[in-house]
Amino acid sequence: MSAPGLLTLMRLVIGRDLRLALRHWDQVAQPLIFFLIVTTLFPLAIGPALDELRKIAPGIVWVAAMLAALLALESLFRSDVEDGTMEQWTLSGQPLSIMLLAKTFAHWLLSGLPLVIVSPLVGTALGLPSSVWPVLAFSLALGTASLSILGAIGAALVVGVRRGSVLLALLVLPLEMPVLIFGARAVDLAMHGESVVGPLNLLAAMLLLFVSLGPLAMAAAMRISVEG
Amino acid sequence: MWLWFHKLSSPPYAYRTAGRLRPWFLWSAILLLAIGTFGGLVLAPEDYQQKDAFRIIYVHVPSASMSLMVYVAMAIAAAIGLIWRMKLAHAFAAACAPVGAWFTALTLVTGSIYGKPMWGTWWAWDPRLTSELILLFLYLGYLALRASFEDTQRADRASAILAIVGVVNVPIVKYSVVWWNSLHQGPSISKLGAPSIDPSMLWPLLVMMAGFVLYFAAVMCDRIRGEILRRERNASWLSEITVGT
Repeated sequence: MSAPGLLTLMRLVIGRDLRLALRHWDQVAQPLIFFLIVTTLFPLAIGPALDELRKIAPGIVWVAAMLAALLALESLFRSDVEDGTMEQWTLSGQPLSIMLLAKTFAHWLLSGLPLVIVSPLVGTALGLPSSVWPVLAFSLALGTASLSILGAIGAALVVGVRRGSVLLALLVLPLEMPVLIFGARAVDLAMHGESVVGPLNLLAAMLLLFVSLGPLAMAAAMRISVEG
Repeated sequence: MWLWFHKLSSPPYAYRTAGRLRPWFLWSAILLLAIGTFGGLVLAPEDYQQKDAFRIIYVHVPSASMSLMVYVAMAIAAAIGLIWRMKLAHAFAAACAPVGAWFTALTLVTGSIYGKPMWGTWWAWDPRLTSELILLFLYLGYLALRASFEDTQRADRASAILAIVGVVNVPIVKYSVVWWNSLHQGPSISKLGAPSIDPSMLWPLLVMMAGFVLYFAAVMCDRIRGEILRRERNASWLSEITVGT
């Protein structure tokens, strides 16, 4: 039996994760519901006036997306490590970094993409004009992908630790701050009718950096967690 | 040429060397800190605009530079430990983290005290303050991760990866925060380093910086010895030393 190519390998991993997720719809929907609930909290806390909400809407949407992404991370590797799948992967002779990257991509399809899709809805509820929707969705698409990769590194580090969810937030959130800054700024600039090329380019550049270096860190972290 | 490197990775040798170097570092640190403090508080002229309040920079600036330097040193040690599987490098990184976190906290506190008379506020969302705060969070995350493993070796390697990921991210955080701030009108106090500082004010600052570095070295000698004792508590060379004395 010849070893599968890298693309086949990635396709297999992604297909497996998507199939598994389809059988647990409730778990996939949870971060999305969390995202909607958190964005609802802000009008309740600040007041219903759309003029006020509009000013801070980019920040609200982005912080809520960041927290929702964080919540989804908890389950990213846990079941695979617990049932021994991850151990098989590390022993399989296939590049672990590529498999984890594929897994992270599948995770983004399930946790990041839904946020991107509902973001216009949330934006409207917070008073963002419809002209901002494309920038909001695009910045979230780039940003949540970066968050998924950074988060996956953290998740791989803490997967062996009991009650690691608070720890995960502590590790990952400081690293994610640049993504938040550029993402929220892009939306803010778009709202004021200014050019958004700068922050979007920077978001894309960060995503490229994380895609190229992140899997190495993920694989190294996962080996430590599995071997221990 | 690599001999010293290999020698240093042997715990008994490192233990003895750290013990031998410690008084040199400590006494020269005390001397330099005393000179620097006297120079900064007494000899240096008072600032024409900031009056005596500026004198806190003799603590603030050295601790700020140490906070970053210690993080980089920690990440380099962590990388060495990960690549060459050198346990002592991990011990060094582990010993760095709390010291670095305290330097960062000291920077934030002195900066806050400095900010009150200068800017009229304890805290401003200035890029340097904000990135220093994020640096503190990075240190705290590192410490929390290390504390959550019971096995020292796993803690070493996991936290090493975090330190390396963090050090790659530090410049990104730094520049993103600068950029974030330049779009808002921040408190437009001109920065400390850029305006030329008079030599009579500068030399105590440089002496203090050297004193801080030596103090860090002295503390690290102690902390390294502590780490070695904890990690090698079952080793035979250790019982020979302790029984012998």
